[in-house]
Amino acid sequence: MAVGRQGEPVSSLVGRRRSPLASLPRTKRIRLIRGAQYAVFVLVLLLVALTVDWPTIREGYFNLDKARPLFPTILTVALKNTVVYTAMGFAFGLVVGLFFALMRLSQVTPYRWFANCYIEFFRGIPLLLWLFFLGYGVPTATGRQLPFSPYSAIVLGLGMPAAAYLAETIRAGIQAVPRGQMEAARSLGMSQSRAMISIVIPQAFRIIIPPLTNELIVLTKDSSLVAILGVAAGTQELTKFGRDELNTLVNATPLVVAGLCYLLITVPLSIVVRRLEARNARAR
Amino acid sequence: MYRTVPEDATIVVRDLHKRFGALEVLKGIDFHVNRGEVVCVIGPSGSGKSTLLRCINQLETATSGQVFVAGTEVTDPDVDIDAVRRRIGMVFQQFNLFPHLSVLRNLTITQRRVLHRTTAEAERIARETLTKVGLDDKVGAYPAQLSGGQQQRVAIARALAMDPELMLFDEPTSALDPELVGDVLAVIHDLASDGMTMMVVTHEMAFARDVADRVVFMDGGVVVEEGPPAELLGNPQHRRTQDFLSRVLDPTRAQPKRSGG
Repeated sequence: MAVGRQGEPVSSLVGRRRSPLASLPRTKRIRLIRGAQYAVFVLVLLLVALTVDWPTIREGYFNLDKARPLFPTILTVALKNTVVYTAMGFAFGLVVGLFFALMRLSQVTPYRWFANCYIEFFRGIPLLLWLFFLGYGVPTATGRQLPFSPYSAIVLGLGMPAAAYLAETIRAGIQAVPRGQMEAARSLGMSQSRAMISIVIPQAFRIIIPPLTNELIVLTKDSSLVAILGVAAGTQELTKFGRDELNTLVNATPLVVAGLCYLLITVPLSIVVRRLEARNARAR
Repeated sequence: MYRTVPEDATIVVRDLHKRFGALEVLKGIDFHVNRGEVVCVIGPSGSGKSTLLRCINQLETATSGQVFVAGTEVTDPDVDIDAVRRRIGMVFQQFNLFPHLSVLRNLTITQRRVLHRTTAEAERIARETLTKVGLDDKVGAYPAQLSGGQQQRVAIARALAMDPELMLFDEPTSALDPELVGDVLAVIHDLASDGMTMMVVTHEMAFARDVADRVVFMDGGVVVEEGPPAELLGNPQHRRTQDFLSRVLDPTRAQPKRSGG
């Protein structure tokens, strides 16, 4: 068609070429598009449902016969150890992180410089490499295990990098407390350190509870990396346990169950974070 | 060159200079507040009046010059500034209550941590002081649950609970809704009647006229003029004072200045 409907040149029609939908009323058009979106979704679901080999999936990943022997050890030992390792790493990270946060805010230049180096170092190196270093590098170099092995390697391995991240979070929290709070405390005769401990730090922690909880979730998952430390039967955590059972049972179900166990920890934490953030948003 | 000031003046400021980088905010201030005196400091924003007030308890460090509070030189680098501040109550424009603590704890935490009073004694004093500012029913509330006027009265009570020898007020009503200003001014008025030594930076001219023993007008980092309120506010001698007062007292008729405003 070289000429438009009403004899206009094509060039003037190109700009207002309209889709066939455009002629429909707006509500009808929206309903049609929405319907198409649902249809695509259902179609893909159907396609997956029909093409997937369900018996193999059930047999290989969701095998109840293979899952049953995992209990209760996966809860009483593996899940417990994951929680304990995460808690130890987090506690270490909080204490050391607070220390480095205060150093970063110090008037003493070498303190700031040292804290910066620490934070940059541990934020920059991969956790896996650090764990290899503690678990295998140090014993190879010194010919000795770290004392209190494997707990020392676990706490330092998870805690020292966590301290670097937490230091930055805590520093941000301290700086988010309005300057007037410190001034009010000082004007009442509190010393700098007393005002920090009684007034500023408690408020800083309130501000950073959501990011702290996020760090805790990340650390929960990172604790899986201690699996490479080759910890013994009583001290294995979820990932190591799942992997060992994968070998024993020659079935992937233990990995699926281990994954669900992580969700048992992380999903409630996520819900807590969302609630806290909603509450903070309201308070503002 | 120093004006003669009474030996027992609670605040004495001598040739005080304060510089923020290239900006000189205070250009040689001589100033005093006698025991039991109420001095209101007025002046346009940026005149240095808040900075002067903050130099009294060393929230700002003076660049040069001297400040004495009750005989102690606070500008001496070796002074125990925390000990001096215990004797000086300060009230801020933005209240600065501790939001994570209840009203009662706002009043007791410094009594316990700084004055080492027992919990029972600190709470007794806190309740008494809150009664004085009319808020004894709010001991369990948190600052965020209070109106601005109530928060400022709690802030005044918090300072009073430390038994200060003098009180500094930094624009105590500037952040308040107009209908809440009266309650706060009434509390300050009562304090004045009780004989408290006070330095009040304020924009409330009616309050200054009513309560002050002396009004000090500052502009451009210097004290331009001072005197009894009736004189200074009613019959200002300097051009800058006249100009400022006509702007403040009759803002709808003021002519825009060529710079700023």
